[in-house]
Parts: sequence; structure tokens; C-alpha cells
Amino acid sequence: MNAPAYNFAYLDEQTKRMIRRAILKAIAIPGYQVPFASREMPMPYGWGTGGVQVTAAILGPDDKLKVIDQGSDDTTNAISIRKFFAKTAGVATTTATEDATVIQTRHRIPETTLGAGQVLVYQVPIPEPLRYLEPRETETRRMHALAEYGLMHVKLYEDIARFGHIATAYAYPVKVNARYVMDPSPTPKFDNPKMDNCAALQLFGAGREKRIYAIPPYTQVVSLDFEDHPFEPYRYNAPCALCGADNSYLDEIVTDDKGGRMFVCSDTDFCEGRQADGHHGSLSAAPYKEKAQQQETSNG
Amino acid sequence: MTTIAELPPGFADKVLSAQSTFRSVMDAMARPGSVRRIAPVAGTPGPMMRGTAAIALTLFDHDTPLWLDARLRESPDVLKWLKFHTGAPVVQDSSVVSFALIADGAALPPLERFALGSNEYPDRSATVILQVESLSDGCAYELRGPGIDGTAAFQAAIKPADLFERLRINEALFPRGIDVVLVADATVVAIPRTTRLVTKGSQ
Repeated sequence: MNAPAYNFAYLDEQTKRMIRRAILKAIAIPGYQVPFASREMPMPYGWGTGGVQVTAAILGPDDKLKVIDQGSDDTTNAISIRKFFAKTAGVATTTATEDATVIQTRHRIPETTLGAGQVLVYQVPIPEPLRYLEPRETETRRMHALAEYGLMHVKLYEDIARFGHIATAYAYPVKVNARYVMDPSPTPKFDNPKMDNCAALQLFGAGREKRIYAIPPYTQVVSLDFEDHPFEPYRYNAPCALCGADNSYLDEIVTDDKGGRMFVCSDTDFCEGRQADGHHGSLSAAPYKEKAQQQETSNG
Repeated sequence: MTTIAELPPGFADKVLSAQSTFRSVMDAMARPGSVRRIAPVAGTPGPMMRGTAAIALTLFDHDTPLWLDARLRESPDVLKWLKFHTGAPVVQDSSVVSFALIADGAALPPLERFALGSNEYPDRSATVILQVESLSDGCAYELRGPGIDGTAAFQAAIKPADLFERLRINEALFPRGIDVVLVADATVVAIPRTTRLVTKGSQ
């Protein structure tokens, strides 16, 4: 039998309605985590089941989907989710940030500034920023209701007392529209400023924890800090070894067992785009490609 | 008596029409004051507008209690159509509903009567779908708030004329509150609870 086995974009219509209603309330109450009846997806928790459900609920046949995993279009998680939607929804996919209408991301925000026609969907493991400080859901819910966020400041203060600076490097808490403290998902704090006043709609889906939340476009997002210890985005002080960019977030790559390492852009599309524009770093990828081509010719 | 077979139809393509309608409503909610068009066509029972019918088919089901204003409630077609196509229960108690449909804005009840959510669960609040005369001509409104780059201007002929004065309850109640979707024929404008009126022009 050749009948299609799944509904468009995998989820059934009743599930999509429920998720869509949650998304609308999430947009109306920026930063508030809306509970939703998360479904079991054909991938394990931790692989983006929340993000996938949000994407499935918004995706249409005219959309162009990009999926990144820690900035990269080419990792297992990104490729499998991209293929999942190419198969179940038949949507066009792309790796170019500016061409995409829907971008699902795990733990990064693209370096390219997002536009008004785009939706950024985050995969979120633990949506509750207060969870490690207060394990009881009833209590954290009340703390959000009363905007009682002193505990979070104590946590940041303890960082300063212990390390001399705020040592939180990822999942750095933010306050959305001067009301809700929100977990930006485990993005590096380097990405936090990109959330503020962003032209694109940002949606967050946590599958295992069954929460959806959102930041509407052009909404104030402030990283929590202190007057005498202001928020500082962290970036390793080196240019990208491939494209020479000195303003992008870098991955450290171990190259041998003698301590050799290189730093390259975590956003692969951004890095490839710069290389195509003629930017080169200290370790251009070209010699390896040339070598591979030479081997091919000698073999052939 | 209308039989089921004589009822106005739902979407021709349930899946893609619902998706397209949702994206229009989502974009409207994300960018308050911007006018979005709902493209998919469905039957429109009684005094229900095209946009309202499409939103009903997209978002309503057995999990969403509805409240209808007198004009819609009095139309047997509307009740049957909603029951057949969405299965959503129509209830009398407006304080427990997910959605309220208003065809006659002049008779809009006080907004406090609708579900406002709780401080712990502000999402458990009503979305009021208010049919208005026009979202292109009429009084000029200027809005600000999340989703708006600076201010957003739009023109509309809205009844009740003091809608935005009434919506000021959202300022004191936040995070509780009422979200409003204005519908004129096939166009929508959303006014989520975070949106504030800056100026209102003359008619």
C-alpha cells in the first residue's frame, strides 16, 4: 500500500491544535512557560522533541527549514531532524540562514542577524531557570507568579563570591519584557544579546518537561547581572582558524594527541559564507581539499 | 431546520488550511497591530465572518469551551456548525471559557467576566474573538508593546468604541489578562494582553 503513513508534518491535527493554542498564549505572555500535552516523538528525549513539536505545529508547505545543532548544519541531530521534516512535510530545506523561514536550533543562535520573516525554534532540555535552585514545581510556579526572583540573584552572587565573576557560561538567565525570568536554553551567553529586540519571533519547546514559551519580536530581553558585575558575553580571544572572523562564537577542536587545537566558528553556515567571500584564517580548509582532489586524480 | 448536509462546509483541505490560518493568527499575535489576511475559505454560518470561521476550524475542539454572544447564540446554524465541525462545547459561564466569539461588539460584556487565568497559570485565560466592521478604515490607533518596533499604527472601525479603555484592565492584571483577536471579513489584528494604546485618532 502506498497511502501516506503520516499526517502532514507527522503530528495529528488535534495535537497541532493543542500546540498552536499553547504557542498563541506563550506569545501573549512573553517568557511564561505554557504547559502543553507533549507527545511521544519518534526520537528520544534530549534530541529535540519539544522543538520538533513546535516546528511541526507551525510548518507549512511554503516554508524553508534550517536545522542547526550547536551552530552546525551537518551534525547527526540537525541532519536527522531536517530529513524528518523533508520526509513527513515535504518542505524545502536549506543551510543558509538568510534563506530560511523557520530555523530550529539546538543551543545556538545564528551569527547572521535574523529578519522579521523568520521564526527561531529552540530545543529546550530544562525550561525552568529556577529548577536547580528549587526542585518543587509548585514553588517555582509561585515564584514566577509573584516575580520573586531573589534566589536567582543569590545564585549569581555566589558565583561572584566563589570565582570573582559570574561563572555561568551557558543557559544564562534572562528577564523578558521586565517580568518573567526565563531560561534561554543552553545557548552560550555569547548569544544572549541577540535575543534582545530581535526582529524574528522566538519559540521555545521542551518536550520532556512539556513546556512552550516565547519571545515576541522586538521584545526587551535583559541578562541578569549586578551594577558592579555587569553582564559580559564570553568569547575565546582568537580569530576563527578557517575564516578569520573575530566576532563569532568559536568551537575548540582538538587536532592531535600532542595538545594541538584550533578554534573555528561554531556557526558553519556563517563560516562557509565568509570563506566563499574570500576571508581566510590561519588554517584554511583549502590545502586539505586540494590534497583530497590530488588523491582522487592519482587514483583515477 | 438545517440538516447536517445543508450546513456550510468546513475547510476543503483541513490540514493545510488550518496551518495557513494559524500562521496568520500567530503572526498577528506576534506583531500586534499588523493586519494579517486569512486566505483559506470555509463556510460561514449565520453572522459569522470568514476569518472567525477559519479561526474556529483551526483552534477549537473538545478541549476548548466557548462562549457566544447573543447574536451568535440565537443563530441555530452557528451552534450546529460549531458542534459538527469543531465539537467544542458552548457554555453559559463565560468565566471558564478558552474562547469567546463576539459578533455584536456593542453588546460586549465587561471583560472581567471572561476567564482571566491565575497568577500561577495566566495561560488559562480567554481569547476574545471580536468581529468588527473594518480593519482598514475608521479610527486610527497607535500601539506599543512586545512584538512592535517602536509603535504600530492601524485603522479600524471597532465596536465598542471604548475597547482599548476596557482593555486597560490588562495593565493591572498582568500576567493575567485577556487577549483579543479582531476580525473583519478575512483580515485579523491581534491585541495580546501586553499591548498598550498610545494614541487614538478621531473617527
